[in-house]
Amino acid sequence: MSDTLITTGAPAPADGAPARRRLPALARLRDLVLVPAIVVIAVVGQVVNPVFLQGDNLINILQSMSAIAILVLAETLVLITGKMDLSLESTFGLAPGIAAWLVVDPAITHGLGVNLLDGGWGVPVTLLVGALIGAFNGLLIVRYGLNGFIVTLGMLIVLRGLLTGISGGSTFFGLPPSMTYLGSASWLGVPVSIWLCLVAFAVAIVALGFTTSGRALYAIGGNLDAARAAGIRTDRILWLTLIIASVLAALAGLLQAGRLASIPSGQGDGAIFQVFAAAVIGGVSLNGGKGSMFGAFTGVLLLFMIVNVLTLAGVPAQWTNFLNGAVILVALVLSRITGGKAQE
Amino acid sequence: MSQAAGGPDDGRAELGPPVVEAVDITKRYGSTLALDSASILIRSGETHALVGRNGAGKSTLVSILTGLQEPDHGQVAFAGRPAPPLSDRGAWRRRVACVYQKSTIIPTLTVAENLFLNRQARGRDRLIRWATVRREAERLLRDWSVAADVDQPAGTLTVEDRQFVEIARALSFGARFIILDEPTAQLDAAGIDRLFIRIRELQRQGVTFLFISHHLQEIFEICDTVTVFRDARHIRTAAVADVTPAELITAMTGEDAVVPSATRPAPPADAADLLTVDGLVTNTGAEASLRVRAGEVVGLAGGGGSGKVEVAETIVGLRRPAAGTVRLDGRRLRPGSVPDALAAGVGLVPQDRHRQGLVPMLSVGENITMTVPGRLRRRGFVSPARRDAFAERTIAELAIKTGGPGQPVSGLSGGNQQKVVLGRALASDPKLLVLITPTAGVDVRSKQNLLGAVHQVSARGTAVLVVSDELDDLRDCDRVLVMFSGRIVREMPRGWRDADLVAAMEGVDVGHV
Repeated sequence: MSDTLITTGAPAPADGAPARRRLPALARLRDLVLVPAIVVIAVVGQVVNPVFLQGDNLINILQSMSAIAILVLAETLVLITGKMDLSLESTFGLAPGIAAWLVVDPAITHGLGVNLLDGGWGVPVTLLVGALIGAFNGLLIVRYGLNGFIVTLGMLIVLRGLLTGISGGSTFFGLPPSMTYLGSASWLGVPVSIWLCLVAFAVAIVALGFTTSGRALYAIGGNLDAARAAGIRTDRILWLTLIIASVLAALAGLLQAGRLASIPSGQGDGAIFQVFAAAVIGGVSLNGGKGSMFGAFTGVLLLFMIVNVLTLAGVPAQWTNFLNGAVILVALVLSRITGGKAQE
Repeated sequence: MSQAAGGPDDGRAELGPPVVEAVDITKRYGSTLALDSASILIRSGETHALVGRNGAGKSTLVSILTGLQEPDHGQVAFAGRPAPPLSDRGAWRRRVACVYQKSTIIPTLTVAENLFLNRQARGRDRLIRWATVRREAERLLRDWSVAADVDQPAGTLTVEDRQFVEIARALSFGARFIILDEPTAQLDAAGIDRLFIRIRELQRQGVTFLFISHHLQEIFEICDTVTVFRDARHIRTAAVADVTPAELITAMTGEDAVVPSATRPAPPADAADLLTVDGLVTNTGAEASLRVRAGEVVGLAGGGGSGKVEVAETIVGLRRPAAGTVRLDGRRLRPGSVPDALAAGVGLVPQDRHRQGLVPMLSVGENITMTVPGRLRRRGFVSPARRDAFAERTIAELAIKTGGPGQPVSGLSGGNQQKVVLGRALASDPKLLVLITPTAGVDVRSKQNLLGAVHQVSARGTAVLVVSDELDDLRDCDRVLVMFSGRIVREMPRGWRDADLVAAMEGVDVGHV
């Protein structure tokens, strides 16, 4: 392919070309901005409580963040294209919720569920519901050109309400083993959800960095018209991105459900703020076209490490929300200082 | 390419067979006739200018020549063969490319990636080979003598480098016919010179250009042939050497050109200083002290990076100064405060009308009266009737072509938008009017209108500061202060020679020998 790009041999360059202006390649370093902060928190954690750096606690941190981290991954995909999807937090609850509703037996759950399908359908149905939600978002946003923020805000409320409706406001339990496996099993002593989370990020890093479709996300977010002019099928890629993001949110919801062996009607409620915060702290631009998966991963890791340190320091649970919010604000300020540029 | 090595004169290629020919093109949008049996023929190796006032049909012709739209009537042929169907984007891309004023570069991606967007070199495993992409990009830029680092984000490129990256990308598809849509609109004088040097270089390498510009002197400098469009029709095509600027203006406007040297009377010698700037140091380090008397028009000239824009923005409060004072009619302006400057009687036509000058979705009336809500108020509410009456007055005074004060300003042409900005600046009856590059992207006739309006304002006793590197803007100033690397280096009374002013802006001291 490379040799056909330049069809006629151009004459040698003239000697009058001005000297090259070189900028240091800071772009790659931007991904590592949060690494010092993570090291600092690790040291602080170790000082607060020597348990912090032990393997069990590290696995504990990774497991507690794995579901949210996949949600962050999904949101980062959407943010890079310059859109946003608020409804991911509701998909996170609704997708496994609908699957549970269809498979659990009302006889053992005090009338919850309809027991239409065999337990083995739990996982496929969860992912399918995710795909349908993403496709519907895409229909409204891409096909009919509605504002993504408002559409997904509406979807957030509708989907949350749907879960509350089918569950009657209570918690699904008695899930079939297929639905709890991913969230509760371990491979080689490490929970499956951690494996899944790390593999998902590894795949996403490669896909965004080294495939034309991945680069197309950046092109679309950076300048939609230019991307279209370069022959990128922008609508199709946007639509696919929304579907993939919702499927990932459904998968994340499944991990959460498996870990707790139940699905409360409020699963994922309010999670979207944490997701956005982690992405922005990790250097993902809300205006699109900028940000990396590795950065997003460090963002969510930093947030969960701080929460873990606070827990180990014995901060009472009633203060969790306050501290969570404060941590997000402080982390934003810190990344603004270390990143050096205004967050968009 | 069947290119001769170059003519004996200045190394330009000899004119060859037609690269593109559009015959009898007609295009309608609803009831508007955008092109009326227009034709153009562009020969290989030439640089062909397309001029015309806003609305003459230039943009429509460009979108037809680049295959974005189909003509209702008429044919386009490339090198004698009919144009490919509209759906075959790849075929169009191998024949023609347009570098628009609006960038088609993705600022967050590197130069290399922009060059090979959506066609990056990939290995067997379908993964992108960045080293190869980078190497190909380097080779491409080297072949066409574009000096840009392929690893830098494209957003950090200068405007001219950005244009050349776009040209190189077009060339890499195989196109040897490039349309440049007002390439100099965002460049300073030095940038234009560099752009022209590189255009000539590409010409020697066999690239044909269609050059669209509002600046006639650029056409005389760089183009071989000129085609004039007016009111959707082809008016005239001629060799540049055979026409005079006045003839071109006549062809563009359809009336005999009024050469804008209707000399304004000088302000009375005893007029008081209205604007007094003492020891001003901008936050970028430029320094200036200057005075403007009532009724006087003072030019502040200089190239890009000379600090002229920074000084002007500091005077009007858009920037906070590092030191110095600005007094208007004896009153000291609060540093870095736009409201205070407005209250003291400063009117501003900012540099970038799209970003700082207009709210495109709002109506002409709302834009004009934006700075003077106090005058429109009745019992605490803005009165639409008063607003429209006020706007109607401004529309009539500045001859703004609009459907009325209710029309959204985004529907106006560039020149008329700029008049709205001027109208807004004048709405408060300012004592001082500051205009920063007021005629950028404005056609010849609107330019004269704008400058004429400015002169009327000065006749009423307003002090005017025109910040520009456009000679036409500065020609009728009573004095021109020339800035170079952050200092005012010369003051030239009216009647300067072009060469002297340009030399002073470039920091060459030829006038002082």
